[in-house]
Amino acid sequence: MISVVTRVKQKQIAQLIEEGKRLDGRDLTDYRQMKIEQGIIERAEGSARVLLGKTEVVVGVKIEMGKPFPDTPNEGVLTVNAELTPIASPAFEPGPPGEESIELARIVDRGIRESKCIDTSKLVIEPGKQVFVVFVDIYALNHDGNLIDASALAAVSALLNTKMSNYEIKEGEVKIKPGYEQLPMKKHPITVTTAKIGNKLVVDPNLEEEEVMDARISFAFDDDNNICAIQKGGSGYFEPQQVIEAAKIAQTKAKELRKKLNW
Amino acid sequence: MNDKPEKLIDKKGLRLDGRKPEELRPVKLEVGVIPNADGSAYVEHGKNKILAAVYGPREVHPKHLSLQDRAVLKCRYHMAPFSVQERKSPAPSRREVELSKVIKESLEPAVFLEYYPRTMVDVFVEVLQADGGTRCASITAAALALADSGIPMRDLVVACAAGKVDDTIVLDLMDTEDKLGAADVPVALMPNLNAITLLQMDGILTHEEFESAVNLALEGCRKIYTMQKEALKTKYVSVSEENKEEAEE
Repeated sequence: MISVVTRVKQKQIAQLIEEGKRLDGRDLTDYRQMKIEQGIIERAEGSARVLLGKTEVVVGVKIEMGKPFPDTPNEGVLTVNAELTPIASPAFEPGPPGEESIELARIVDRGIRESKCIDTSKLVIEPGKQVFVVFVDIYALNHDGNLIDASALAAVSALLNTKMSNYEIKEGEVKIKPGYEQLPMKKHPITVTTAKIGNKLVVDPNLEEEEVMDARISFAFDDDNNICAIQKGGSGYFEPQQVIEAAKIAQTKAKELRKKLNW
Repeated sequence: MNDKPEKLIDKKGLRLDGRKPEELRPVKLEVGVIPNADGSAYVEHGKNKILAAVYGPREVHPKHLSLQDRAVLKCRYHMAPFSVQERKSPAPSRREVELSKVIKESLEPAVFLEYYPRTMVDVFVEVLQADGGTRCASITAAALALADSGIPMRDLVVACAAGKVDDTIVLDLMDTEDKLGAADVPVALMPNLNAITLLQMDGILTHEEFESAVNLALEGCRKIYTMQKEALKTKYVSVSEENKEEAEE
């Protein structure tokens, strides 16, 4: 990614964090201002917009009928995709998805899938033949760091807001009936990312902090505060005790967020 | 899968392949297996058969990716179409793209890339046969190939997974355990710097279970590290002996 932070500023950010402070005045474990709006795209079955400071992500959920995977005939299908649109950053270019966006989509996917957030057993129309496919499309609109947490939050918010059409089977054909019901949701995973800068861990890194960080680590937690997905990223490393510390910080933050969001 | 075993760990506490919970699969490491490559290694880890080759430092392609202060490390993790039960399309899947990225990031901290500005180091990993834990075996192989290429490194990188199967924390999950188990935690380690360079997880674990899984995986890493050093020595001892013989002739 193109570095837009000058060396001087990078040094300043790292020095401040060493002293336990951040350039934008936050504590090391503070999130930026968070705002969630649901149902912003009427055409989509579910949608949400999340603002995390200046980072902005929209997620749209579309539901279609399709075939189940051969090894899971009694489950609906979940597909997560992420677009780092060129609108969102001077560093993003149009074109086929790159490593960054595929990784982002797969981290969000893992949080949703592993927490068994959607009750996919209720998305079956005809076992082995026809199921509902849930498409979660992540759209980054402004990249100011920590797209992972913003996208995960937006994805679950959009799923909670998702409505499915009623249907009936007449003479072996699926007919859509009027009316909607809520997408069956069992869990509400929350993903918390911490970045290692110098020897300190900071929660919710903004873009400037991401540019000076050694590495990041993201933890997803389910409703019982179990860990359900992890991803380390970036070209640096963590000492083993730092990993455990990061997991603890993330767990505390996830609890706080869960309370705030009422999930 | 129709022949789904009911229990992954039997009454005696043994796993499907007869291993104890904290036991590794048999590991075989060989260095210098591709004559054309600048460095290469072959790993057999259980039924995993994986080749890694390093080319470089060489000219950056495409040129605009070139960095002024260090070399670019590129990594491609790829599975052969015949490596799994059902033929895998040779086109890179999203999973392979993600794994290429995390493998690259697990190796980067170990390589003195700053010694070779404006160049590129290519790491190619081909999975010939997969049996669960391919990303870990790939990292073990790739690090050996990098060392074999002679590019200066801070440390080797070695990887191993731990996870939860039934209710037990186990080391080094094989394919069936990975698919049917409760959680899988792959970890990569720079053993001398005691630094974790890859950490992922899927499944469900409590914080305590996660902690013991990481510790068990690190133990596994250290065991494989001994074998890595041995494999490197084996190649270079035989090279030096060949040289000696030539000198005597």
